[in-house]
Amino acid sequence: MQCQCQQQQSDLSLLAPVLKEYAAVPGSLITILQHAQEIYGYLPTDVIYHIAEQTGTTPARVMGVATFYTQFRFQPVGKYLIMLCDGTACHVNGSSRIAAAVQEYLHVENGGTTADGLFSFSIVACLGCCSLSPVMMINEDTYGSLTPAKVLDILKEIQAKEGAA
Amino acid sequence: MSMRIAVGKGSCGIAAGAQKVYDALAPLLSGTDIPLGTVGCIGMCWLEPIVDLYENDTLKARLVQVRPEDAQNIAEAAKTGDLSAVADRIITAEDSEFLTKQTRIALRNCGIIDPDSLESAKAAGGYTAITHILKDGVTPEAVIECIKVSGLAGRGGAGFPTWFKWNAARQSAGDEKYLICNADEGDPGAFMDRAVIESDPHTLIEGMLIGAYAIGAQEAIVYVRAEYPLAIKRLEHAIAEAKTAGYIGKNIMGTDFSCDFRIKAGAGAFVCGEETALIESLQGQRGMPRLKPPFPAAAGYWYKPSNINNVETYANVAWIINNGGEAFAAMGTEDSKGTKVFALTGKIKRGGLVEIPMGMTLRDVIFDIGGGIRDGKAFKAVQMGGPSGGCIPAELLDTVIDYKKLAATGAIMGSGGMVVMDESTCMVSMAKFFLDFTAKESCGKCVHCRIGTKRLQEILTRIVEGRGKEGDIELLEELCNAVRDGALCGLGQTAPNPVLSTLRYFRDEFEAHITDKRCPAHTCTDLLHYEIHADACKGCTACARKCPVSAISGSIKQPHVIDQSKCIKCGQCIATCKFGAITVE
Repeated sequence: MQCQCQQQQSDLSLLAPVLKEYAAVPGSLITILQHAQEIYGYLPTDVIYHIAEQTGTTPARVMGVATFYTQFRFQPVGKYLIMLCDGTACHVNGSSRIAAAVQEYLHVENGGTTADGLFSFSIVACLGCCSLSPVMMINEDTYGSLTPAKVLDILKEIQAKEGAA
Repeated sequence: MSMRIAVGKGSCGIAAGAQKVYDALAPLLSGTDIPLGTVGCIGMCWLEPIVDLYENDTLKARLVQVRPEDAQNIAEAAKTGDLSAVADRIITAEDSEFLTKQTRIALRNCGIIDPDSLESAKAAGGYTAITHILKDGVTPEAVIECIKVSGLAGRGGAGFPTWFKWNAARQSAGDEKYLICNADEGDPGAFMDRAVIESDPHTLIEGMLIGAYAIGAQEAIVYVRAEYPLAIKRLEHAIAEAKTAGYIGKNIMGTDFSCDFRIKAGAGAFVCGEETALIESLQGQRGMPRLKPPFPAAAGYWYKPSNINNVETYANVAWIINNGGEAFAAMGTEDSKGTKVFALTGKIKRGGLVEIPMGMTLRDVIFDIGGGIRDGKAFKAVQMGGPSGGCIPAELLDTVIDYKKLAATGAIMGSGGMVVMDESTCMVSMAKFFLDFTAKESCGKCVHCRIGTKRLQEILTRIVEGRGKEGDIELLEELCNAVRDGALCGLGQTAPNPVLSTLRYFRDEFEAHITDKRCPAHTCTDLLHYEIHADACKGCTACARKCPVSAISGSIKQPHVIDQSKCIKCGQCIATCKFGAITVE
């Protein structure tokens, strides 16, 4: 039985080239999920059902794999995904102060998205830029040697670029 | 005179502004005969962005902490050869010693060659080892023997002899075999693998080719963390270049040896650093460890014989073939041969990547190379081995870097993270930090790890929050032993190490938290108590104005008081007071 709560209408044709390349290749489920997330920004339920159907497995197994890995999201994310590192070096060098500054300024919880949909905020394990700690990534750009003041400047710059308040 | 400029563009360098420097230089040099190039990470992270000026391929000047505004002066210096305009950016003799005191094998080309250029890698000796093996008909057995003589051991943390794994995979029956590189560098505080891939991907590829030849694998897979987009990009490019040049593919250099390469991006799970969990993940499953035996050498990827080593291990291989196993074994101690790369971070003056021969002491690395603690504070401990390791205190700074000697302290060599802590770091809070991590990353397959780490985390949480009870230390110890003995894989078996090692050396801090409800390092906010001393307070009102929750009251020129029920212990009042009238206990 298909889940009745599937109100989503994702454009499944976008995933067709990915499925064509990988659906029959054993062991490719994670790769397919990564491509799907790149396309849709997250993993919508109807996409998960579609992947299960096309790869000849169950939605439960696809969900089981997807939920195991921190990379996969099941809610849409903001245009800018802030990943604040809380690895050992960043932790020792005060990443919690940076987290507090971001949360206070953007009114966003760890794992949440701002009301305007511009930013999502996530505290993550080590990003591997320890000598610049504390560090964060916004999408694919890395920012180091952060202070609460510096992080606000970075966020304000993005907001200005996007014409937000 | 032929000058060229190279900008260090590893992830760290780019984060520090190297791309902006590069973009500022590019238009100034277009139309000149001075090439502007990219190199990877030299490992002197505290000096980024770094720009190197080469004259006839010899380093003429290393410019550090360069800003885009310096571009004009740098371009002029390169055109005229006169360095006076950039003199204030030239690295100091003292900082240069950071490099000269090292012995670089795995990092030999990092920060020197262009990671996106096969030509550049070949000019530095890339692919000479595999060429020698294939052209001169060196047998796989001879390759394994050479690695055996070198004494190379797995650099991912376990320190298992590399030749043994290779030999076991070679001896396993079957024609279909796989060679896998574990680049799922998950230990918080370690980034040497990222640096090698970003700076010198061809050295990794060559090491893996040699490994594949030795065990008889037809396919090589690199499992890289998805958090390392630049590393993935550069490795993809390098694989494509090597393929075009005929180093990867069918019948390499006209021999029977064929090997394909591919990259698999991890999806974020620390446990996938464990080799059987990594294999499960490669097969598109939840990354849960398998029971061993059978070991991957017998039944690994798709249950075929497979060999897994980490990036740094493979990065040593071509050097060993070129220079002989004896040359590698000549470095180090009786038990540990060759060099090891460490990521030196935390409260250290000069943080970065350090490659040293085994046998140096921790003091050599932290004080001699790393310059000691910054801000004039006192060294307290160094954390090695991440969530599987432990903290080594000041009295053991003369411990020699060697697998067995480090293990004897309760820490481990690990993958090479060295996080330095000063007197302001609370060791109980550090233990909790690591258990937060392992409890979150436990895959849930076995009970000891899934529930044990959670209970350890809960006990540590109540201790740092001032709710610790008599008997908690003994309970921690009992639980630690149970988790260590009962867990299925390395993650669980080593998860108690951060607790056990801090209990061993910093038991008094645990007792202070539990019995006196006091945090000696003044970091556990729930245990802090701020007080204004009436005799020293001038009533300047600065602290009252700064306090974000208006917990400080008092009239002007009269001693102020803190309302303890409102105080959120943020410490801003102390930072504001010019008279030293506020203390924290």
